[in-house]
Order: sequence, then structure tokens, then C-alpha cells
Amino acid sequence: MIHLIKIDSEFLREVGEIARFTGRFFSEVIKPKQEWEEFINQCFWIGFKTLTLVGITAFIMGLVMTIQSRPTLLEFGAVSMLPAMVSVSLVREIAPVITALICAGKIGSGIGAELGSMRVTEQIDAMEVSGTNPFKYLVVSRVLASTLMVPLLSSLAIAISLYGGYLGVNIRGNVSWHLYWLQSFGALGYGDFIPSLIKTFFFGFAIGIVGCYKGYNSKKGTEGVGRSATSAVIVASLVVFIIDLIAVQVTDLLGLT
Amino acid sequence: MEKIKSIIEVKNLNKSFGSNHVLRDFSMEVVPGESLVILGKSGSGKSVLIKCIINLIVPDSGEIYVLGQNIRELDQDQMDKLRAEVGFLFQSNALYDSMTVRQNLEFPLRRHWTKEMRDLNAQSAVKEALEDVGLGHTIDMMPAELSGGMRKRIALARTLILKPKVILYDEPTTGLDPITAREISELMLQVQEKYKASSIIISHDMNCIRMTSDRVIMLIDGRNYISDTYENLQNVPDPKVREFFD
Ligand SMILES: Nc1ncnc2c1ncn2[C@@H]1O[C@H](COP(=O)(O)OP(=O)(O)OP(=O)(O)O)[C@@H](O)[C@H]1O
Ligand SMILES: [Mg+2]
Repeated sequence: MIHLIKIDSEFLREVGEIARFTGRFFSEVIKPKQEWEEFINQCFWIGFKTLTLVGITAFIMGLVMTIQSRPTLLEFGAVSMLPAMVSVSLVREIAPVITALICAGKIGSGIGAELGSMRVTEQIDAMEVSGTNPFKYLVVSRVLASTLMVPLLSSLAIAISLYGGYLGVNIRGNVSWHLYWLQSFGALGYGDFIPSLIKTFFFGFAIGIVGCYKGYNSKKGTEGVGRSATSAVIVASLVVFIIDLIAVQVTDLLGLT
Repeated sequence: MEKIKSIIEVKNLNKSFGSNHVLRDFSMEVVPGESLVILGKSGSGKSVLIKCIINLIVPDSGEIYVLGQNIRELDQDQMDKLRAEVGFLFQSNALYDSMTVRQNLEFPLRRHWTKEMRDLNAQSAVKEALEDVGLGHTIDMMPAELSGGMRKRIALARTLILKPKVILYDEPTTGLDPITAREISELMLQVQEKYKASSIIISHDMNCIRMTSDRVIMLIDGRNYISDTYENLQNVPDPKVREFFD
């Protein structure tokens, strides 16, 4: 019991710390002079690291979703609904969340480990001593980059997964390219695309913040670096699901469904 | 600039981490041109002390004057300017491992030099600093490709690039083999000679201390326990002092 309470207060303390860290991010981001060069570097780095993985996974998800849904729809005699149904779930949920989880794994751990090792080898202190604000140089640029890149990657994932869906439909059935897109987009509206896009910005922001927070506050020693990287992935993935949950409630309340 | 009496002055410094009282009323002074060694056991708070001097760690109480300025009263901009005059050689070198040697050396310039100054002079400044440490050929290498001794030299070159008035060395020879350690000590002497910088050297390498020190302060139990020349300290009978020599 006492153990549980201890874990709980540890958890609350961490939530408070992350909130403070986020507050510091906003107070630094509004100050003039951003590190644009580092921001561009980070955007490339994020894209480079995740592009293939996001592409392959999205393609497979599109394909598999279609193959899996087919028997159910067949039972109801609604196979013609297949493109519509699959594309709605891909756009709304599967593609953005899968992309965010991959990014939480790759970007979150990458940033956590990088900043963590910079912390323990005193590189962050060295930046401070040489007159560069390390929070701005390292944290702000990375958080902005992942906030921008995750939505881009998610949009790409949507396109690729829809293409995967097209191939999936055509394994058993015969739907022309034209008809597939007609049916997909017939079922999709702004109410599907816009909330999906908006939530990916939050995913990207959360992944960046959590990765940076874990790395920037890494504990001494190589063990500390490893722990920063792992817990960045775990916390970032969890936050992605929480945001997803909130997003679905908000879109529901706003009647965008 | 008017002549200042002391390069660095520390008065009644206190710092604790939780219940761990690391520095207790620590006071000291560095006079112009002096090489002061601070000697103390591992974990005695040597790194904490010099990190307080450049405001990386904020002390609980006490006063610190660097080049005549009370660092508590400086805003961020003034602090950055002051830090440009103070070179800091980190215990773990702190080379940026995602950057080449050249980029490492240019990094301190981005804040303190204008774009035009950098375009005109950065190249030659980097070259000069690298040649000072005898490693001109490593300019396009990555830190990971260098040996421990070379990394230490590059880190020193990076602190030299802004031509500091005072250099703080955090255990410059720890973790190096005796021959390399000796080379680094000699290099420190050369640097002292060329740049006429004052320095604070943290060390427990007796060879290094003998070679580089004008005066030695022993940091024991968080206090400035004793301060004298290396030769005189050798003959102090106090067992706490003797420990370091035996
Ligand atoms: N950021 C920190 N948070 C908590 N405790 C710290 C922190 N930095 C240092 N300490 C503690 O302060 C004490 C002195 O540390 P310091 O790094 O100054 O030792 P040192 O004299 O430099 O030792 P070494 O020769 O091993 O480098 C240690 O007990 C250390 O645990
Ligand atoms: Mg130390």
C-alpha cells in the first residue's frame, strides 16, 4: 500500500515537471531569435529516420485492414462498402495513430538518448557556458520539428495506406482505380480529415516534449541515458493514446463525426 | 580596463544538495597571472565549486566575483559576455559529438562574434587554436574518431578560441595514461605562457600539480582547509594533508 502511494506521488511529481517543462518551452518559443538552422536539420533527421518505416507500416495496415474486413462485410452482403469503410478507419484512426507510435518509438527514443548523453557528458553545460541557450538550441528546435513532421508523415501514411487498401480490395474483388477512389472519398469528408490532421500536431508536440524532457533531465551515468530513452518511448506512446481519447471526445462533442 | 586586484574571488560559499552539505563557507581568491590548484578527494565538491564560478550551479549563499563583477547581479546578456572571458575545460571534455572538430571550435563564436567577423576570421582562429594544441590535422574529424588525449586537447582548443582571461580546468589529466597526462600538463604550461591567462586547475594528479601550480588550495570537508605552495605543503605534518602526498 505504502509502495503504491509512493509510486503515485512519483507519478504526480513527474506530471508536474513535464507541465513546467512545457511552460518553459512556450516562454522560450516566444522570445526572439530562433535556431532555424537546427530546426531544419531536425526536420530532415526526423523524416530520414522514420520515412521508410512509416511508409511500409502504413502500406501493410491498409492492405491488412481491407483483407480482414472483407469477410464481415460479405456476411452482411455489403462488400461494395469495403473501400468506404476501410478508408474511413484508416484516415481517422489507424494511419495517424500508427505514425505517432512509430515516431514515439524512433523520434522519442532518439531525442531522449541524444539529449540524455549530451546531459551526462556535460555538452549541455558547455553550450550554456559558450553563450548559446541550450533550451532553445536543443529543445525548442526539436519540439517544433516533431510538431511539424508528425502531421506530414501522418498525411503520407494516409495516402500510402489508402493505396494499400486499393490493392487489398483487388486481391479478391475487382474494383477499378477510379471507382475505388470515388467510393473512398465519397465516404470521407472534412470532418474526417481535419480532426485527424489536428490531432497529429498534438501527437508530434507531445512526442517532442516528452523526448526532450526525458533527455534534458537525464540522470548521471550511461544507465541514466538508457533509462531516458526507454521511458521517453513509454511515456510518449501513452500520451499519444490519451490525446487520441481526448480528440475523439472533442470531435464527437463538436458534432464532426 | 582598470587593473583589478583579483581575477576571481569567492566569499563564504555554501552549497548543499538535500542533506549533502558540499561546500561550507568556502572562500578563496585568484590573483592575476596565478595558477591556482584546488586539490580534494573525489566527491569533495571541486566540480561544484568551479561550476558555481561560471554560474552553472547557483550556490545557496555566498558571493562570487569574476573579473571584478559580482555574478549574482548580472543579467543573462552580461553573464554571456563574462563567460566569453572565462574558459572552462570540462571533466568529460563535453565535445559536441554530432559536430566535427571545426564545428566544435566554431560553436562558441556564433554567440560572441558577428556574422561578418566569423566569415572573415573564424577559419584562422580555428586553425590557430588547433595548432596551439598540436592537432591541426584533425580539423575535419569527428570527436568519436579521436583518442582520449586528443579529445582533451580539442576541448582545450575550444576553450582557447575566445582567448579567455582565465581558464578553469576540471581534472584535465584524470583518466589519461601518465605519458599523455604529462603532455597535457606541458600543454597547459605553454598555454599559460602564450595567453597570459590566470587559471584554476582542479586535480589530484600530483605530477600535474607540481608542474602547473603556483599555489595549492586543499578542499577538505567543504572548506578551504589550507593554502600554500606545493613545496611547502609537502612538509606539512597534518595527516589530512599528508594523505595526498603518500
Ligand atoms: N546536480 C547535483 N545534484 C545532486 N548532487 C550533486 C550534484 N552535483 C554534485 N552533487 C554531489 O556533490 C558532491 C560533490 O560533487 P563534485 O562533482 O563536485 O565532486 P568532485 O570533487 O568534482 O569529484 P570528482 O573528483 O569525482 O570529480 C557529490 O557528493 C555529488 O554527489
Ligand atoms: Mg569533478
